[in-house]
Amino acid sequence: MSSSTKAEIRVFIIENFLFGDETQAPGDEVSLIENDIVDSTGILELVAYLEEHFGIAIADPEIVPENFDNIARLAAFTDGKLRHGLAAKAS
Amino acid sequence: MCAIAGFFGEGLSPREANGLLKSMADTLAHRGPDAEGLFTGKGVGLAHRRLAIVGLSDGLQPMQSADGDLCLSYNGEIFNHLELRADLESRGHRFRTGSDTEVILHLYDEMGPDCVEMLNGDFAFALWDRRLRRLMLARDRMGVRPLYHTRHEGRFYFASEVKGLLEIQGIEAKLDPIALDQIFTFWAPLAPRTAFEGIKELPPAHIMLVEEGRVEVRPYWRLEFGLDAHTAPNGEDTEEIRALLSDATRIRLRADVEVGAYLSGGLDSALITTLATPLAPAGLRSFGIGFDEEEYDETPFQSIMASRLGIRHEHLVCGQDEIASAFADTIYHTEQPVLRTAPAPLHLLSRFARGKGIKAVLSGEGADEIFAGYDIFREARIRRFCARQPASRLRPHLFRRIYPYLTTLQKQTPDYLGAFFGVGADNPEDPLFSHRPRMRATTGAKLFFGEALRERLKGYDAADEMASLLPPEFTRWHPLEQAQYLETRFLLPGYILSCQGDRVAMAHSIETRYPFLDHRLVEAAARLRPETKLRGLREKHVLREAARDLLPHEIANRSKQPYRAPESVVFSGEAGAHLRTLLSERSIGESGLFNPRATAKLLEKGQRSPLAGFRDNAAFVGILSTEIWHRHFTHKTMPTAAPLAV
Repeated sequence: MSSSTKAEIRVFIIENFLFGDETQAPGDEVSLIENDIVDSTGILELVAYLEEHFGIAIADPEIVPENFDNIARLAAFTDGKLRHGLAAKAS
Repeated sequence: MCAIAGFFGEGLSPREANGLLKSMADTLAHRGPDAEGLFTGKGVGLAHRRLAIVGLSDGLQPMQSADGDLCLSYNGEIFNHLELRADLESRGHRFRTGSDTEVILHLYDEMGPDCVEMLNGDFAFALWDRRLRRLMLARDRMGVRPLYHTRHEGRFYFASEVKGLLEIQGIEAKLDPIALDQIFTFWAPLAPRTAFEGIKELPPAHIMLVEEGRVEVRPYWRLEFGLDAHTAPNGEDTEEIRALLSDATRIRLRADVEVGAYLSGGLDSALITTLATPLAPAGLRSFGIGFDEEEYDETPFQSIMASRLGIRHEHLVCGQDEIASAFADTIYHTEQPVLRTAPAPLHLLSRFARGKGIKAVLSGEGADEIFAGYDIFREARIRRFCARQPASRLRPHLFRRIYPYLTTLQKQTPDYLGAFFGVGADNPEDPLFSHRPRMRATTGAKLFFGEALRERLKGYDAADEMASLLPPEFTRWHPLEQAQYLETRFLLPGYILSCQGDRVAMAHSIETRYPFLDHRLVEAAARLRPETKLRGLREKHVLREAARDLLPHEIANRSKQPYRAPESVVFSGEAGAHLRTLLSERSIGESGLFNPRATAKLLEKGQRSPLAGFRDNAAFVGILSTEIWHRHFTHKTMPTAAPLAV
């Protein structure tokens, strides 16, 4: 998993959902929903951010807690998409 | 409808007493523009501002009993005053006026403080008993009319609005941090707490007896469920509800001035207006709110009803700039921060109706509480249904069905729907189970609380305090009844009837009357079987059945459309520019309540694109209204409202 992906997602979450309050920043494995960091609109904001910032496309069935519940999963999901994209281009 | 104010306690000279009473009453002149009156006795003073609706020529207050032993300053209406008067006359009482005020004096003379149990109405009053040297305060069962009190320099003071108490020299407005925490949890403070430190409200359905060295506060009525429950044969419920609602509407048309109606386009106000129309021989006039944005606008449904009834209906279109322009004045009247803009359009509507010569209106408010109309009741039922099979991917789809108007929710996968609404699912015995998702969404806005506020609130949990206020029998009630109790006892008086009701209506001298909150109907609805109210996911089932042959199909079968207004986006235009400056890093820093940097980022986020989430909007409106509150009442730097010229 790319540490820079994780760091970028963390910055977005702190800026967009915590409004710069780093003292509330969640750990990598902390659930964003259970800890009231994102709500139903927030999930869609996350989707928009990942698509626009990383240039990936996200299908509706992929918007599930397995991919979006915490920073580690978000980063792994994004990196997977990026690798898949590179592989597709290379082939 | 009126304003009352006064004091009890020695130490003021007659001149000081009169001057203070007059300034307390004058600051509440918007509630009573038609007349004013003062009464002073040894160590006591009562003031009154009158909005003349019943007994136009002979209802002046404060009103004394014939022997001068009793004196009453009273705000509100007693809708069963004719029946009470006839009873009293049959027992030998002789009346000097045609007003409902005098009825209270006679009833008290006969029964003492227990007289409130006989009253069917919306009232807040102060009654001075010279014989006992006792001041009695009382407030109606549901909390329609407000009443606040405080102590200062050994004297007891009361007023219809807090701003009356702020006229007392030495009393300074100070925000109560716990009240702010409660507002950022439940949308309202938990009575008797108010947004003002040291100032309390008399809770609904309570009386207060103040004597030298002794104060007693006690309830005279309680909302109770499941009393003789669940026994009525099929069909009888519907008939009883319809008969009670008809009578509740009939007696709420009693007035010596024209009574109009608020018509929203929903089931509740449509039903009230339908019942009222034949009882208003001169023709009923109705008023409604329209919005530029289709998702909030209900004017097509208002037109359907008006045309069906043949009544004259007028609606006021509230654009974003109008809402923004009215917002600061709205907070002056609500006297508490709010998390939604919804009170502002109602503030504009009351000005509109008053401008049309109306002094009193019927409203459909209250039906959603007593007949389980709100989404939160259906949501809680689905959450319990999902909790029984947490692995189900089908069950969470039901959440979409109850929130068709929430576009972001419609786009969620079942997994996320389950996750969002799953809060508390592992503890179905939690007394606040039904309200946990709403509380979670709302409390997210506390993220913006500043360091000092967080420090003051360390260790405090508003939900724990609410749970501690529940009656012992609460745990025996059905989950729907528990949820109804939470809505009816806390949110209804603390927010709906105040911020969206009395306070914004009386800002323009409009009296609101609520047939659904007639206590006979409230009690009957509380006795109904839960499934009579919420059948499956069909809300207000029994009411729909009662209305079946009265309303057009498209209204009777319309699913609940909650009253909403556009939120933070209304402040993005020119009309909101001066309010946006209140959210600047510097301004927020000066107030010291919220985190300046976080608030500035929220403002920036809203400027990039309109805030879409519930939490962000609640935070924006909550912070803004708190800052406005702060300036109105502690800095006194915001312009205050002037009574509408009509």
